[in-house]
Amino acid sequence: MDAIILQILNGLDKGSAYALIALGLTLIFGTLGVVNFAHGALFMIGAFCAVTLQRLMKISYVTIDESQKDFLGNPLEVKVPYLQSWFGESFGTALIDWSVPIAIVFSIPVMLAVGYTMERGLIKHFYKRPHADQILVTFGLAIVLQEIIKYFFGANPIQTPAPSAFLGSMDFGVLLGFDPNVIIYPVWRLVYFAFSAIIIAGVFAFLQFTTFGMVVRAGMADRETVGLLGINIDRRFTLMFGLAAAVAGMAGVMYTPILSPNYHMGMDFLVLSFVVVVVGGMGSLPGAVAAGFLLGILQSFASMNEVKAILPGIDQIIIYLVAIIILLTRPRGLMGRKGVMED
Amino acid sequence: MFGLDKKDTRLLIIVAILTFCAPIILNPFPADSALAQFNAGYPDLMQRFVIFGIFAIGFNILFGLTGYLSFGHAAFLGVGSYSAVWMFKLLSYNVVPAIILSVITAGLFAIVIGFVSLRRSGIYFSILTLAFAQMSYNLAYSVLTPITNGETGLQVYSNDPQYLKGNGPDVTHLFGLEMRSILEIKIAGWTFDFTIGYYMCAVIMLISFYLAIRIFRSPFGLMLRAIKANQTRLNYTGISPRPYMLAAFVISGMYAGLAGGLLASMDPLAGAERMQWTASGEVVLMTILGGVGTLLGPVLGAGFIKYAENIFSKINENVLHSWFSFLPDGLEEAVVWLFARFVGEGWHLTLGLMFMLIVIFLPGGLVEGGQRIARAFGRKDKDASSSTPAE
Repeated sequence: MDAIILQILNGLDKGSAYALIALGLTLIFGTLGVVNFAHGALFMIGAFCAVTLQRLMKISYVTIDESQKDFLGNPLEVKVPYLQSWFGESFGTALIDWSVPIAIVFSIPVMLAVGYTMERGLIKHFYKRPHADQILVTFGLAIVLQEIIKYFFGANPIQTPAPSAFLGSMDFGVLLGFDPNVIIYPVWRLVYFAFSAIIIAGVFAFLQFTTFGMVVRAGMADRETVGLLGINIDRRFTLMFGLAAAVAGMAGVMYTPILSPNYHMGMDFLVLSFVVVVVGGMGSLPGAVAAGFLLGILQSFASMNEVKAILPGIDQIIIYLVAIIILLTRPRGLMGRKGVMED
Repeated sequence: MFGLDKKDTRLLIIVAILTFCAPIILNPFPADSALAQFNAGYPDLMQRFVIFGIFAIGFNILFGLTGYLSFGHAAFLGVGSYSAVWMFKLLSYNVVPAIILSVITAGLFAIVIGFVSLRRSGIYFSILTLAFAQMSYNLAYSVLTPITNGETGLQVYSNDPQYLKGNGPDVTHLFGLEMRSILEIKIAGWTFDFTIGYYMCAVIMLISFYLAIRIFRSPFGLMLRAIKANQTRLNYTGISPRPYMLAAFVISGMYAGLAGGLLASMDPLAGAERMQWTASGEVVLMTILGGVGTLLGPVLGAGFIKYAENIFSKINENVLHSWFSFLPDGLEEAVVWLFARFVGEGWHLTLGLMFMLIVIFLPGGLVEGGQRIARAFGRKDKDASSSTPAE
């Protein structure tokens, strides 16, 4: 039992990331009907927002402290971040320590801008083109974005630690009534799960309870009629693209402590997220979220040693295997709607 | 000739002449001149031109004729390479059994994958083929290490059995003709290299090209086009498109396997990275760049991409400095800095940009570009074909 719960927990953080990316992908599918292969790159850009902010916060000036000596006997150079001198020692340090969560605030406008530019500058011209063209042009865009990031940040993964308050692990089993030291789980992964749950709930609430969301849902169901009613649906869909980009970006920001960001992390996640979307059902938001968590958890179960002993290599292919089975038995995916991307 | 009409015969003959003279045509600059780095006439690169030409021709039979975009074709290439290297390990360095086996295994794989994937169409088909290819890639890296040698890549070791080797040579050969044996001819400043390996690949490419023309012009090819044009209507006339699709898929898989086998024959190595989905993306790009559904397009596209890859990734800042040395100092630095972002390490950036520019401005590929230029001399109706309607 405890092993099962541990595996479910292990699957949650990956599942959350899949769910968030797949949610954005589905938003774009559902609204604009565009297959966006650059969505993984948006996730990556989000992660690098966190890196950028951390670097900005750590910009320091150098003072020479005559009273201390380094190992060569020269006066020690002390680097003091500007933030510390502006906001005082304790608050400044805390700010730097919390750079990852703060980066969320920083990333939202950045990602909205990136998403808006992408949609207006490129994707707009591809609504009427075949899906193959959309896939190819966004695939090219993903490569370009990746290379730009590589130029500025290098090819190596960059460590971005979580705030020290969230470092380490907690004994999660005790909360559920198990013996101590049975289910130990890193705190940040729980934070990530809670965060993604909030974001997902937020997106759904936005679509469900606001007038804007209502119009968008109506547009997803029947774009033409909404247009005929005199609503500028294109503008709203552009904003939804920005929102999807922001969701992917925030997913990336929060993922940095779990996986040190490098320039190709987006591509690694993209293929899997696509599979997630297809399993969940194209154009179905709940389907994307459910499939994201489902596949994340299945993957963590498949990497248990007991399972691997029976079916070697299953952890590598489980997601694809599930996708193949689902597509062949339930062609529209788990919660796919009729008439969406049927061709 | 060969059952082709006049136009196709002419095309085939032109391609044949160009391929056979490639070592000369692709070496327009003297070997010691500053422009020599633009020469493409050395065996290694020319072999890649024709091998990836075969790959793209095969891919075009599926994508160009039926419109089914497979994102997992690199899997067949990888499978072909692995089987070829296994033949080298078990039998001898003779390439004939290796190539035959690689085509057969790739074909078998294609039957299985195609049978499953072709039950869906459109984007679902792309994702299914992608899933299969990624599965093969992941398995080749992990569990199948005894067969694929994992990250190291499969290669021939001196203690491999090689039952049929006898006194045969220690490099890949065709009944004794070594692939690497080279005839170097120097005329004035020019150096021309003729290798057995290139000419074998070239002959095989021409045969594949000929077969592709026959497929394009056959009733079978017509049926495939019908699938692309309107599958529902085909169903209503009482014809099941499934067997035709599967046949097209298997044929293009076998082409990919052939290309993989040839790659291994030129250099007896096989690695899992040949199966990665970016490799599948590359062949899609080659086909699109050349012109989807045209005969010549894929070969042109493959040559263009491989040439650009090779040339762009080879240029470095020193070369750039020597080019732009005529500019004033400050300007030179700026220009060199700018260009350096796109060459050498930055080649992928150029590739990505090329991807985008081609899809945006030239969806019909180089062939369409050529036609447009040709038409521009006649009359000006360029805009008629610039936007492809949604399917």
